[in-house]
Amino acid sequence: MGLALLSLAGLFISIYLYLFKIGKIGTLACGTGACEQVQLSPQSRFLGVEVALIGVLGYAVLFGLALLALQPRFAGPSWPARLLVVLSGGAVLFSAYLTALELFVIHAICRYCVVSAVLIVVIFLLALRELGPRREAPGLA
Amino acid sequence: MAAAATGLKRFYLVLGVVALVGIAALVYLVRQPKGVSIPANVTVLAADTAGFRGYLLGSDSAVLEVSEYADYECPACQNFETIQFPAVRDQLIATGKVRWRYRDFPLEMHPNARVAAHAAACAEEQGKYWELHAGLYERQGEWALSRKASGKFRELADALGMDRKRFDDCMSSAKYAGRIQASLEEGIRLGVGSTPTFLIGGRLFPGVLTSDSLRMMVEQAIPPRTP
Repeated sequence: MGLALLSLAGLFISIYLYLFKIGKIGTLACGTGACEQVQLSPQSRFLGVEVALIGVLGYAVLFGLALLALQPRFAGPSWPARLLVVLSGGAVLFSAYLTALELFVIHAICRYCVVSAVLIVVIFLLALRELGPRREAPGLA
Repeated sequence: MAAAATGLKRFYLVLGVVALVGIAALVYLVRQPKGVSIPANVTVLAADTAGFRGYLLGSDSAVLEVSEYADYECPACQNFETIQFPAVRDQLIATGKVRWRYRDFPLEMHPNARVAAHAAACAEEQGKYWELHAGLYERQGEWALSRKASGKFRELADALGMDRKRFDDCMSSAKYAGRIQASLEEGIRLGVGSTPTFLIGGRLFPGVLTSDSLRMMVEQAIPPRTP
């Protein structure tokens, strides 16, 4: 359940940043101006695609998988749970790369990117836990 | 089993509420009047300055070029623009003696200076640069300390008959942030430390110059005509 909620939160953050990128939102509620600096930098595109859009798609997929994994027929280490680990693991690496760009290339930190990075790490850890052996409730064994 | 199904239903309810709140927040943000923030310290790309040396006024064949490093939010720059510049334009630029080159030098202490410089850059796209430039200085008192400066710039754009959507799109894109940064960095490299500062014949003159002193400097810098 936590996976779905966190993925949904990440999805909204990504949509917010993408709406800014496509000019639907004038300013980001950031305070320091660093968010705009990051979002308007050349590094805000990855292989020609807006990073915010990659976030929207990525979180949408994670959200869908998290909902699937909740279904009783996918209980335990099913394929949605495995895919969640693989995709969120990849997203953790991608977030680490983006954070390094912010620190060492752009020299500015966007707080939404930080929140997204934290979210994706927690999602990855939760997904790993879901894949691990299930604890039985006392008295039910 | 029934308890698990009830728990799942409850969770879907919570998820639905969170989703609705998120969607409502996004709709609210999209429908807000667009404020604009122009990022500072952006990395200047070659494309930002390609074919652009500054905003030029006057003849290409003018004997001398005067560069002005100025900040739209700076009161001294407004003083120069509104009091001295009309005479400079009539006596030096219109007569073909001088070509004026305006360079943005937005000071950190002025929170709306970059946005104003960006509004002027967007006006240039629609052939209204000098008109908006004059309007920004004339109405400096209305927007300089305002938190809704971009609304004032929009009003100016409307008053000049600019295409509003094109202007808004240009402002939201912040596409001239690099150009403004390049202009600032050029000034810093040259030794500009305050606004306005004028570059005349390779020498910097900080502070407001009167049109008379500018005319004298220009005449000294122009080599005398040989008979």
